[in-house]
Order: sequence, then C-alpha cells, then structure tokens
Amino acid sequence: MHTEYPPPVKPNSLALSIQDLSINFQTVRGTLKALRQVSIDIPRKRIVGLVGESGCGKSTVINAILRLLAENARIQSGVIEFQGQDILQMTPDALRDMRGNRISVVFQDPMTALNPVLSIGRQMIDIQYREKTSRAQKTARAAAMLTRVGIPDARKRLEQYPHQFSGGMRQRIAIAMALMAKPDLLIADEPTTALDATLEIQIIDRLRKLHQDIGCSILFVSHHLGLVAEFCDEVVVMYAGETVESGNVRDIFYRAAHPYTRALLQCDPARIKEKSPVLPTIPGEIPDMVNLPDACIFAARCPIKQHGCPLTPPPAHDIQPGHQARCHLSARKDD
Amino acid sequence: MSHLLEIDDLRIRFRAKSIVRAMIDRDRQPYIEAVCGASLKLAPAETFAIVGESGAGKTTLARAVIGLNRPHAGSIRFMGKELRGLTDKAFKPLRRDIAMMFQDPAGCLSPRMTVKSIITEPFKIHGVRVSDLKREADRLLDLVGLPPAFGRYYPYQLSGGQARRVGVARAVALSPKLIIADEPTAGLDVSVQGEVLNLMARLRQELNISFLMITHNLSVVRHTSDRMAIMYLGRFVETGPTDDIFARPRHPYTRALLSATPQPDPDMARDRVKLEGEIPSLIDRPSGCEFHPRCPLAKAACRQAPPPRHRVGPVHKLYCYYPDGAAGPRPLL
Repeated sequence: MHTEYPPPVKPNSLALSIQDLSINFQTVRGTLKALRQVSIDIPRKRIVGLVGESGCGKSTVINAILRLLAENARIQSGVIEFQGQDILQMTPDALRDMRGNRISVVFQDPMTALNPVLSIGRQMIDIQYREKTSRAQKTARAAAMLTRVGIPDARKRLEQYPHQFSGGMRQRIAIAMALMAKPDLLIADEPTTALDATLEIQIIDRLRKLHQDIGCSILFVSHHLGLVAEFCDEVVVMYAGETVESGNVRDIFYRAAHPYTRALLQCDPARIKEKSPVLPTIPGEIPDMVNLPDACIFAARCPIKQHGCPLTPPPAHDIQPGHQARCHLSARKDD
Repeated sequence: MSHLLEIDDLRIRFRAKSIVRAMIDRDRQPYIEAVCGASLKLAPAETFAIVGESGAGKTTLARAVIGLNRPHAGSIRFMGKELRGLTDKAFKPLRRDIAMMFQDPAGCLSPRMTVKSIITEPFKIHGVRVSDLKREADRLLDLVGLPPAFGRYYPYQLSGGQARRVGVARAVALSPKLIIADEPTAGLDVSVQGEVLNLMARLRQELNISFLMITHNLSVVRHTSDRMAIMYLGRFVETGPTDDIFARPRHPYTRALLSATPQPDPDMARDRVKLEGEIPSLIDRPSGCEFHPRCPLAKAACRQAPPPRHRVGPVHKLYCYYPDGAAGPRPLL
C-alpha cells in the first residue's frame, strides 16, 4: 500500500552531511559526552525530521551546524560537510557568509526571536543587508514575503512592532525572515511547540507550501511524532547523544527496527485509539552522559535486551538501503 | 448523585481600563470577561477535562475554584458550600480539600527548599500536627514512586518528570478531595507523560480524588477524563461525556480541534476541518456566535444572535446553530 519510495539519494545530492560527529562538554562533574559518532544526511530538497526526547542532543546538533556551541564544548571528531566545505573548519568570515544566507533558522520561541524595539519592517529590511538593492525594493520584498506567509495587509503591518502581532503571526514573520535569503537549508527548531494545535497545522501547511516553492532542504527538529509523520520525508531518531535509527518516514513509523523508536511510538497517546486507563511509558532514566555505559546506550531500559547482546556499543547497521539502526538484535536478525 | 463541585454560570472579568480612563471614555463596561457563563458538575473520583486554545479562559476558571481569582457572578459550590465571595481567611481551610498542580512543573517548586520541605510544607501551613515529618515525606515520595533519597534533593536536581511527581506529592499531602491539574503534561516528553498520567489515575482510584484537568492536548483527554468541556473565548461551546465527544463531536470548533491533532501515521488520510485565523481578542468579541469568523459552517444567522443551546444527550450539550454539522442537513439561509 505504501510502496511509494522517493528515488535513492546520490552522494552528491546531499545538502548537508554530518559524519561521525562527537562533541564533549567540560563540566565540573567531568567530561560530558553530549554527541557520539552522530551521522545525519540531509538530502537536497527533502525534509528531514530530527526526533528525540529532552537531553538527547538535538540542540547540540543544531548548534554544531551553526557553530554556535558553548565555550566549554570540544569537538572530538567529525565532519559537517555543506556545499563541499567542512563547517567545522570554516573561518569566521566564511561562517558569517553562511549563516542566515545559505543556512537559516526558525527558533522555538517566536516571542524572543524578534527584536521588540524595532519594527517588523526595519528587521526585515536589515536582514537583506547583503542585497545591493534600494530601500524601496527591500521594503517591497519584505511586504511580498509577509503576504506569502499569510499576513494580510503587509505594507501597513511592516510598520508595526512584534508585540502587536499574535504568537502565530510572529512565528510566520520568523519564517518569512528565515526564507527571505532563499537558503539552501532551513533549520526549524521546534517551530510550533509554543503554538496551539490549530495554529500548528496552519504553520506546517505554510512551511510545506514554501518548501515546494523555494526548494530548500529542511531540518525539522521536533518531539511531536504526529507532526513529523505528516511533514517529513526522512526521520532521524536520537537517544542520549546517539542517532539510534534513521530512515524513510515510513520505515520509521511502520517498520521501526530500534527498540527505543518502537517504545517512543507506543508512548504517543495519539496512537492509542481505544480508551486506556494505563498509558505505556519507557521505564527508567536516560543514562548519565558523564559516566556512560560501555554497552549499548539503551540496554538499561531495553524491553527486548538479551543475554547475548554484546557488551560493546552496537554499530550502525543497514536494515535495508537507507534505513539504519544501532541495535545488536536487529543486526543479528539479518545474518 | 451528589456532586463534589458544582459551577453554575460562572463569570470572571478583569478590569481593562483604569477607573479614570473609563470615565473619560464614558465606558460603562471597562472589563474583559475571561470566563462568561461556565457551568460544570464534578462527582467524587471523577475527572473533568477543560480543553481549549491559549486565551480561552481555562486557567482563569481553575484558579477561581481555588480562590486565586474572584468571580463577579455565578456560583461555585464545593461540597455544598458557596465559594464565591469568601474572604481569604475563610478560604484557607478549604485548601486542605482542594489542591492545585500548577502549570510549570519546575517553576512552582521553590528553588531554595529541599523536596522534603516542599512536600511537607502543606502540613505546616495548615497547622496539621504530624509526629514524624520525615516518615510522612517518605510516605508521600513512595506514593508518587520516588525513592526516599529524593527528600534531600533540591528542585534543580530533578528532571521534568520527577519535578511533576514532587508537585503531585505536594498536592496529595493533605489528602484532598479535589485536585486541579493545570496542564499536567505540558513540557514533558511522551515517555514521561504516560508516567504522570498513570500516577494521577492510580491516585484517583486509591485515594478517591476528583480531578479538574486543564489541557490543550486532546490525545491525553481521551484516556484520562470522564467528561469534558471545550472552551472558546470564555464559554463552554460543547460539554459532554468524553467518549461521546470523541465518537461524535458536534460543535465545528470541537471537530476542528480534534482534526488538528496530527496522527503518527504518514499515510493516514487527513480530512481536516481547517480553521483560518486565530482566537479573536476578548476586548473585541465577534457578534452573534463568537466562533463565526473562523467557522467553516457559518451562515448569516450565526453573525446576528448568540446560538441556541442543544441537548444531544442527558449531559451532552452544545451551543451552535448547526449541531448536526456537515453530516446533517445544512439549512440554507
């Protein structure tokens, strides 16, 4: 029924490719291994969902792509390849040219993403500082972009300040600003978490439309499984600083191979159609990232763990082309 | 059946202009009505959920039940006693029976107090003599599934789910009859969300506690509540048994909310009741049916007068001109 696979991805058609990225943070308690051998591929013109619970390293991945890591971060290994360059080796000038131009971001909180003391128009003109066009042309472009994200009466609204817009409108403005430069990659960090469900849908519909028009890739970071299922082409699942599973959206939602992905999907109350007084949970806590276990990172909470599971971290393993999981058991099944 | 809590035509308003400004403008109604005419009945050990988008008035209503807001009309009766108009002093003993779980799990715990002092503070506030506070703290921690060692922790050492559990422990400390849970799962991961809801369900059964739950998460409401109300601009547009409303939502707003919940299934057909725009301002309420500017079914009549009340079951009612919605006949106007 759902055999509609997108064509296989050619190696040179990746918008961004993260390989083997490991990042540590120096803390008073010791070295916190926030990311370990994270690999994420974002194909051109595709929407990749990055899913995981709090503390799994989603934000660290975003900050690494933008090179906005905190001062106590140490990049241990890895490459973030973007348009033939390694972002981790870029000079400050090259970074400045990349940020907000070739890669732009929509942040979670639309209330704090905009400057409260400047009008929307001023901010939308400022962001076009790279363009060598007249102010009138920049204003016209800003107004056109506002109209495209569904804000009526754009010319007049350019004169208004962020507090004069509702939360949903502010998030649309943030999206308009992020897409003004026609970036190659848009990072959307929980863009609808602060909004109500009816607005969430409006924003997602709008993003999908703009994605089709502009043709950028999107890295959609979210913990909302329903939104990811609806909006994304590919999904990467993270747990405690590792990418435990990645694949096509149907691989993840219909044929999840990693026990964590399966447990996460089972926990979503939207999936349980019959009224149930007891909801499924994942017992236990995420491991302490300062004192990591030697074995599989999910072993302590894994419902299908077996004595035969080796006491080493499971390597990423192909379930089928384009669908990978880090699980000893799913690797063994294929042998 | 005797009810634990009965709210009847409750109205809560806030002053939107200073007295002087209102006089200059000759404004006789310088108020915004955050809750206008909400009614509900809650039986012992029952869970009633109030659902709606931000700004619908859910929290304002809940806070009135525990005396943090003062309604200006209507009544709130708790165990037969009228709560409206009580002084702070008269309200205090009632808070032994009505407890509150606040929205922000970590923010509602004092950062300077240990978990043990936080969960035993209600005893001190209400002058309840306990021979051994330590043992009482251990009992409460055990009740919410935390090991006794947590008593020594400070809130910053807790995860979101653990902070929630501490909030629950504090709420049940004095064995209340009613707990008001304001967004009990907001900000929690899905794997932890289930834990907190299961805990609430267990306490409800073991300790016979009623819950008034406020949330915007419909998937949670379906599994945890007996009855529910959908709130829009301070009014209950539809109320009824949760199962009935999920099986056949009547009000177009309810239908829109239900269909706006994305399902974790990439191939599901998405037949959405799409809403345009956002919640209107309380200062400038739309005429007639207040939902008409966003309603996909709105006709001329909807703009003119408030919609009539329809009863579709013994306790299932709604306010709408077209209670049969798209499924039923659509009168042409």
